[in-house]
Amino acid sequence: MIRDFLDSLSESIERLGDTIRFLARILAQVPSAVLRPQLIFDQIYNAGALSLVIIMLSGLFVGMVLGLQGYDLLQRFGSEDALGTAAAIGLVRELGPVVTALLFAGRAGTALASEIGLMRATDQLSAMEMMAVDPVRRVVVPRFLGGVIAMPLLAAIFSMIGIYGAQLVGVQIMHVDAGSFWSQMQASVELRDINEGIVKSAVFGIACSLIAVYQGYHSAPTAEGVGTATTRTVVTSAVIVLFLDYLITAFFLK
Amino acid sequence: MNATSPIIDLRDVRYSVGGRTIFDGLDMQVLRGQVTAVMGPSGTGKTTLLRLITGQATADSGSIDVAGVAVTRSSRSQLYAMRQRMGMLFQNGALLTDISVFENVAFPLREHTRLPERLIRHLVLTKLQSVGLRGAAGLMPAELSGGMARRVALARAIVMDPQILLYDEPFVGLDPISMGVILRLIRRFNDALGLTSIVVSHDVHEITAVADRVFLLSGGRVVAQGTPLELRDSPSDVVKQFVGGLADGPVPFHYPAPDYFEELLARDGGRFA
Repeated sequence: MIRDFLDSLSESIERLGDTIRFLARILAQVPSAVLRPQLIFDQIYNAGALSLVIIMLSGLFVGMVLGLQGYDLLQRFGSEDALGTAAAIGLVRELGPVVTALLFAGRAGTALASEIGLMRATDQLSAMEMMAVDPVRRVVVPRFLGGVIAMPLLAAIFSMIGIYGAQLVGVQIMHVDAGSFWSQMQASVELRDINEGIVKSAVFGIACSLIAVYQGYHSAPTAEGVGTATTRTVVTSAVIVLFLDYLITAFFLK
Repeated sequence: MNATSPIIDLRDVRYSVGGRTIFDGLDMQVLRGQVTAVMGPSGTGKTTLLRLITGQATADSGSIDVAGVAVTRSSRSQLYAMRQRMGMLFQNGALLTDISVFENVAFPLREHTRLPERLIRHLVLTKLQSVGLRGAAGLMPAELSGGMARRVALARAIVMDPQILLYDEPFVGLDPISMGVILRLIRRFNDALGLTSIVVSHDVHEITAVADRVFLLSGGRVVAQGTPLELRDSPSDVVKQFVGGLADGPVPFHYPAPDYFEELLARDGGRFA
């Protein structure tokens, strides 16, 4: 059993190294891919605009729950005026980047992985290689960059809608004073809170996009292979995002 | 550079994958300007041979020369430069599914050249006309039949005016009319465009009608070669079995297995789990 564990551990480390080598290959091709911005714009649309509805809906509900829970918690200490601060910091620093990344992996990551995997399974990537077109440059890099750019924007939209949702419940339903809700938020949310959110969503965007294109590009060229790649994209992304979240949080609070 | 010098030259090529030996001492010379057929039973590595020639797979040992390029010792960028002079028709066409027929044929031009749009349009339409599908330029790949998809892929393969055209199983799953069309195109393109063509196939009758020279692969090496007529009259058992379509012979009907009766009577059936 220990042997199995060690085997799977060494396999994971091998895959991690492989993924980082793939990242290096992607980064080397970024300059030439940037020369054709239309390909990247298309992918920002695919990864970003098409995820908007699910991100906005989820942001609204998460914000509303935060408003309710936060109100219940804070009124025990008689400090429900701090609801605006609590909701904003919770969303911007933590829930916005993390929940967006998880949704992003489920919506955009799986789409990327299965699209690239199917291109592999139907010889489209080999056909490009035969036409002397590097599929990493033509297919992988624009999709990776599209995800990397879209993810922080989605996280920002998520946090914004979430704050609106918290306000909806806290101010409109629970009758927290609107003035103190907004002014306390303005007074106590600092630039470093925002920075933490930006760093997190950027890092999660890189991680989720990289995992998705790596899994798709290296999937076995069969129906089963594409399915496995899609599943792995979601599972790996979720675990990696939560792990990185801890690291970044610890870094910012040290 | 005379007309009969080999443009593709494989010498003593060995290749194995996952512990299974695919080629063991393969020698093959393909002459410039000819249609060369590579035949052999399924699983002899005919498609792998094309991957070795194009450098998508690397031989364990031996040398592969394609139009003066040592494929086995070339870098990725050298291989890409070589591939710009080659076209390949994949088994299912391998069209890019998210762009139209027109854009598929235009794809290599847009990637490798900076031609003005008018010229690209002109080139694409003439190539589509030559495969009879100019009318389908606006369709998406999903709207094409199997035969049409392969013809579009053929137009795409010749749009950069290659020297060498490779066909991977071009007849599989086609109706007799589409098959006839592809056969005629192979011959016509080879002669009109001054190409060298390699056709990998196991359709004996179709291929012998079009090929100048035939290689028969079996067990990881070339077991017979010659003109289609020479092969038909060959005394070799393998050739007779393949050309005649006999179920059993030097290429056995049965995949290697333990003794039949012992296996049927064995108590534990765990071997297949």
